[in-house]
Amino acid sequence: MAVQDRQLAQPLSTARLKVLARLRGGDVAFRHVTRAAAVSVLLILGGVILSLIQGAIPALRTFGLNFFIQESWNPVTERFGAVAPIYGTLVTSLIAILIAVPFGLLITLFLTELSPIWLRRPIGIAIELLAGIPSIIYGIWGLFVFAPFLQAHIQPILIDFFSCVPVLSWFVGGCVAVPGLSQLFAGPPYGIGMLTAGLILAIMVLPFVTSISRDVFEAVPAVLREAAYGMGCTTWEVVRYVVLPYSRVGVIGGVMLALGRALGETMAVTFVIGNAHRVAVSLLAPGTTISATIANEFTEAIGDLYTSSLIALGLILFMITFLVLAVARYMLLRIERRIG
Amino acid sequence: MTNLYRSRRRRNVIVLSLSIGATLIGLGWLAAILGTLVWEGVSGLSLKVFTQMTPPPGSDGGLLNPIVGSLMLTALAILVGTPIGILAGTYMAEYGRYAKLTMVVRFINDILLSAPSIVVGLFVYEVMVAPMGHFSGYAGAVALALLVIPVVVRTTEDMLVLVPKELREAASALGMPRSRVIQRVSYQAARAGMITGVLLAVARISGETAPLLFTALNNQFFSTNLNAPIASLPVIIFQFALSPYHDWQRLAWIGALIITMAVLALSIVARALASARTATG
Repeated sequence: MAVQDRQLAQPLSTARLKVLARLRGGDVAFRHVTRAAAVSVLLILGGVILSLIQGAIPALRTFGLNFFIQESWNPVTERFGAVAPIYGTLVTSLIAILIAVPFGLLITLFLTELSPIWLRRPIGIAIELLAGIPSIIYGIWGLFVFAPFLQAHIQPILIDFFSCVPVLSWFVGGCVAVPGLSQLFAGPPYGIGMLTAGLILAIMVLPFVTSISRDVFEAVPAVLREAAYGMGCTTWEVVRYVVLPYSRVGVIGGVMLALGRALGETMAVTFVIGNAHRVAVSLLAPGTTISATIANEFTEAIGDLYTSSLIALGLILFMITFLVLAVARYMLLRIERRIG
Repeated sequence: MTNLYRSRRRRNVIVLSLSIGATLIGLGWLAAILGTLVWEGVSGLSLKVFTQMTPPPGSDGGLLNPIVGSLMLTALAILVGTPIGILAGTYMAEYGRYAKLTMVVRFINDILLSAPSIVVGLFVYEVMVAPMGHFSGYAGAVALALLVIPVVVRTTEDMLVLVPKELREAASALGMPRSRVIQRVSYQAARAGMITGVLLAVARISGETAPLLFTALNNQFFSTNLNAPIASLPVIIFQFALSPYHDWQRLAWIGALIITMAVLALSIVARALASARTATG
């Protein structure tokens, strides 16, 4: 370009040269502006991390490692520990993933192998609309509709069943509480609690599992699938032994992405978790998560140490989700490269 | 029929029934949520909702101030976030398609896309609300703009990459400078997709609550002053739904219905635009 310009410059009039110079100036400016915008994305991330660290320093300096092993969260005595919210965050997300993954994969199986072609698009869009519904809607629905339903119909059954598993009655005469399981479903049915939050989260992340596994399922070369069908495999065998192994990395990436979403979800959880700062074994007990704690308490936090402890919670949440999402993206990149 | 064959068939039927069941449950869930919203919200929907302000508990009122607040915050966030997002996406697709910077930005952008929005709220609190000494609509709009950027970056880049390089080459061969080629040729070709991205961003932020809780805060009165706390629909829903007053809870349901319908309409329009583009292109 530069060489050409110099050669052309000779016979050109000065007016024309001026226009060319202006265009070239605009060109360079535009290029730099777009580059600056791209860099600003990195600056946002850096700014978030730095400001969270800066805000968290007072709390981390005061409590040190105790912040991570202490359960009490007492604004009056200004003693703060992050164990209960971290525990709640992990438990609710785990419940969500354990439910959303099999459900999501089964729906994907329906959409990619079973459904008639004309039904695929409408059903796929409907499932994805679940992702479009704002999280506060899940919250209000969970609080007024889902939690009372669970309290009245599901939780009593769970409590009765697990406190006295009838399958064992043949051996011992009567029934027996299975250690572990009976504790998980113990206590009064409040309706709200960690199980409810986990179930709501499961619905919210279901579309992420479905849409990504659908993409990777459809990327499996048709030849592989046809060969397996040609050998007489059933639909399930094709999916289990051909499609799933081929797209494993992508599916795991989708699951991690869903996990990242579940960990950071705020409003839906805040409505139904119960906001109790304690570590309870029972899934039916109220608990709290990192995001719910921040949402509930931040504007009411009095004193620097209280605010700083909440920001420290935010920092922990951001670190965990960042790690999970980075792994997810890395895995999805790997499968993209293989397909592309 | 051997036993083995029969058991394989049986297993297949079981899994396929489970998969139909899972799909029905998923669809049922969507129907249940939308059904409840319509059931609880439509009865209270009237002109009053759009013309009166949020009431004190126990009296009649509407949602005028949060609706106006939400519109203002969303508009400002889009105005701030969209240009940055489009420019960044332009760099990634046009100038530095294979640059290392692009790879890094793409990776980070994808993470920001799913990062917890409440953390963005904390960030804006730290850099805007705390130094200014008060909550403000500006802070809320900035928080939302930070959520707009990743969505727009992603769609802009994806759409510009799809523009055939022959179009750009033809324009360059006519002597058009690079920046004009991008603005007049690439943007024109990718317009529908880029608009889709902005619509998706609007849909994403119009229901966001968490980043507004401690940036824009809330306001029980009518205010268009962006330098002061301002009401928004999601925050009002949060406050009213968790209140013990029946009138407030009813208004929360109406607000929830309005937001959901707006968001779903936006995402359906965006989808239609996107599929129209893939059908013609």
